[in-house]
Amino acid sequence: MKLDSPTNLSTHTAVIRPSKLNLALRELWKAPLSAKLGIIIVLAYVFVALFAPWLTPYGESEIVGGPFELWSEKYLLGTDNLGRDMFTRLLYGARNTIGIALITTLLAFFIGGITGILAAILGGWADQIMSRVVDVLMAIPSLIFSLLLLTIFGTSIPVLIVIIAVLDSTRVFRLARAVSLNVVVMDYVEAARLRGEGLAWITLREVLPNIMPPLVAEFGLRFCFVFLTIAALSFLGLGIQPPTADWGSMVRDNATLISYGDVTPLLPAGAIALLTVGVNFIVDWFLQKTSGLKDGQ
Amino acid sequence: MDNETQANKSSVLLEIRALRIDGMRDDRWHEIVKGIDLTLHRGEVLGLIGESGAGKSTLGIAAMGYVKPGCRFSGGSIHFDGIDMLAASEAKKQALRGVRIAYVAQSAAASFNPAHRLIDQFAETPIQHQQCNKAEAYADAKDLYGKLQMPDPEQIGFRYPHQVSGGQLQRAMTAMAMSCRPDLIIFDEPTTALDVTTQIEVLMTMKDIVEKFNTAAIYITHDLAVVAQMADRIMVLRHGELVEEAPTCTMLSAPQQDYTKSLWAVRSFTKTRLAENTDEQAIISVKNVTAGYGMLDILHEINFDLHRGQTVSVVGESGSGKSTTARVITGLLPPRIGEVLFQGQALPKDYRQRSKDQLRQVQMIYQMADTAINPRQRIRDIIGRPLAFYLGMNPKQCEARTRELLDMIELKPDQFIDRFPSELSGGQKQRVCIARALAAEPSCIICDEVTSALDQLVAEGILRLLDRLQRELNLAYMFITHDLATVKAISDEVVVMLKGRIVEQGSKDTIFSPPHHEYTEKLLSSVPQMDPDWMRNLVAQRSPQH
Repeated sequence: MKLDSPTNLSTHTAVIRPSKLNLALRELWKAPLSAKLGIIIVLAYVFVALFAPWLTPYGESEIVGGPFELWSEKYLLGTDNLGRDMFTRLLYGARNTIGIALITTLLAFFIGGITGILAAILGGWADQIMSRVVDVLMAIPSLIFSLLLLTIFGTSIPVLIVIIAVLDSTRVFRLARAVSLNVVVMDYVEAARLRGEGLAWITLREVLPNIMPPLVAEFGLRFCFVFLTIAALSFLGLGIQPPTADWGSMVRDNATLISYGDVTPLLPAGAIALLTVGVNFIVDWFLQKTSGLKDGQ
Repeated sequence: MDNETQANKSSVLLEIRALRIDGMRDDRWHEIVKGIDLTLHRGEVLGLIGESGAGKSTLGIAAMGYVKPGCRFSGGSIHFDGIDMLAASEAKKQALRGVRIAYVAQSAAASFNPAHRLIDQFAETPIQHQQCNKAEAYADAKDLYGKLQMPDPEQIGFRYPHQVSGGQLQRAMTAMAMSCRPDLIIFDEPTTALDVTTQIEVLMTMKDIVEKFNTAAIYITHDLAVVAQMADRIMVLRHGELVEEAPTCTMLSAPQQDYTKSLWAVRSFTKTRLAENTDEQAIISVKNVTAGYGMLDILHEINFDLHRGQTVSVVGESGSGKSTTARVITGLLPPRIGEVLFQGQALPKDYRQRSKDQLRQVQMIYQMADTAINPRQRIRDIIGRPLAFYLGMNPKQCEARTRELLDMIELKPDQFIDRFPSELSGGQKQRVCIARALAAEPSCIICDEVTSALDQLVAEGILRLLDRLQRELNLAYMFITHDLATVKAISDEVVVMLKGRIVEQGSKDTIFSPPHHEYTEKLLSSVPQMDPDWMRNLVAQRSPQH
């Protein structure tokens, strides 16, 4: 039996509309436990990242004791291979790693999102050229490609951000183009074209608002990937450079301790894992909500 | 409950008592079916009519013991052939559905799986319920396809859904519903998406097959003339309540309730004034246009004029090139030969080469208001944008003018200006589209099937509004439609199209009075009339020609 015809429930809503904040709070209250947990985790990370200088007992790269000291009241999580306080560096690491990952992801979405929508709107040759360039970029394994580029352009934080953002924007491009293709065929986009609207208006006002849900969901996922890429690059020594604290290089610097059965070097890795889980909880919730909304449209 | 199962026509097949169904909206339960009684005898066809939101589909589906997600049964009883459908287990209901109760949906295209052949989808249910093996199911399918007068019944089942036309697909779906010889078929607006000439063929075969197998049917529609052909008895629903119930003939000749009368009266709307044929210069002239996609020409030598204060209706079945003509005028499809003149001046063929002012003069209103306005913009932005864009108004002027326009389209500005499109009904959305077109202060508006997605009462409201605006603003309309009732109501001039050519054109009176062109004749005679015997007579009349 086929029972999936669209629901005919009319959608008149009350004239009095609750404020946006109220709606958001109510939405939050109804969120599943996993999403709430995710929000708490992410908020905790943000708090730590913002207030690292006030939460830490020592300076970021200050040498405070001997190398590899054990956990004690003085050194909460011991010290690293150069005698810097692990706890301090873990908190500063949040700041650097998350901050850079966030900027990189935003940049990737800016580049990939705009070009993706443009490719869908323009179609024809413009679309072909952009899509083929993206195909070529995606054909090269991204980690190897970024290692190559970092070796060519040198390892500074701006270069790192731009390289990862450009490589990641290819994925965003594909998504943005695919979802925009469904929107550009809508009559309201045709109406805007016939009105004589420019590309900027059609991109930003007609198409972008309608592809936000999948893009935001993708943003959560991409953020995690970028985050892991940076950690991986740092682990390989080409990411964030010492003495700046970051979780990837912290694992590498203290890797020797693992052989002695000490869990300390795994703590930064754990921090990465926990944040990834938290972000994904939120993304899942968001995806579920938006896909539910789609059915009603 | 009576448990008699003999196929005697007077025995009750379906009995619904005081049924209540709730729907979830804004986190609250609202009653959408409010205590309806329904009795259906074996072999009887019951018509359910009402506007959208009247609860007719919900009620129809409820006969299968099913409600859509987000709805629930909150009271009453449903007995199908003695089985309590509300108490029955899901497995038991599953065994009934498709076998003893079948459902034919409005959009056959959306209900078929595009990845499987028609005949395999036909065979799925009987095989699953172990009624027969594959070979028998295939043979039966071919037999039914033949009974439903599908072309080449031996082979057509081996096509995929996209390889047959809309009317054929709807018939294939009826055949599928018939596959287990059910006792009850629920038709949910099965011909709404089809044009008149196709609709009549589908209706005829549906009526025929229901009679042949003595199947009971519930026929859900908003088109009175259609239900008059199909049903033995009609129930009129409104806001989830029963308004009136009577045998078809009684209902048509002597409706009792005011609401029913108003439904009947819709078709009586005609344009109040006939514009005198002006000899002033045409606003838009389409001159000798031939156009198409790629190498293929869709339109051939199209010529017609639009004058101020006049409505030209372009009529034809789907695929006749009506909408393509509109695309040529708006510049979306540059013609291969010929040109479009605006007040005697040739317009650039491509809309991208037209000036802002040229674009402003020709506005469009679309068939599907849902997709014609951006769901993420508020009404104030949707209507305000042309004001700012074409007329360079500042935000304050925009707001004032938007309010005026909302008044013009009979929506309360304070209530509607900050809403999103999803907070409007279908008719209100179409009104917003009209306001957006008016905002540009055009001299010509192209209306592409603007009322075909709306209920009759709502559609009539839109037609009246368009008519009033035309008188007030002296607009020229090009009205694309396949509905001849609309043409009669609104046009001054009529252009009849077939396969990309104009077969007949002239003033409304000329077109609607004989002698007709052969195709116009066919179109006119296919419009369902409010006479229960109309279809039978027409078929009898046409059959010698076949």
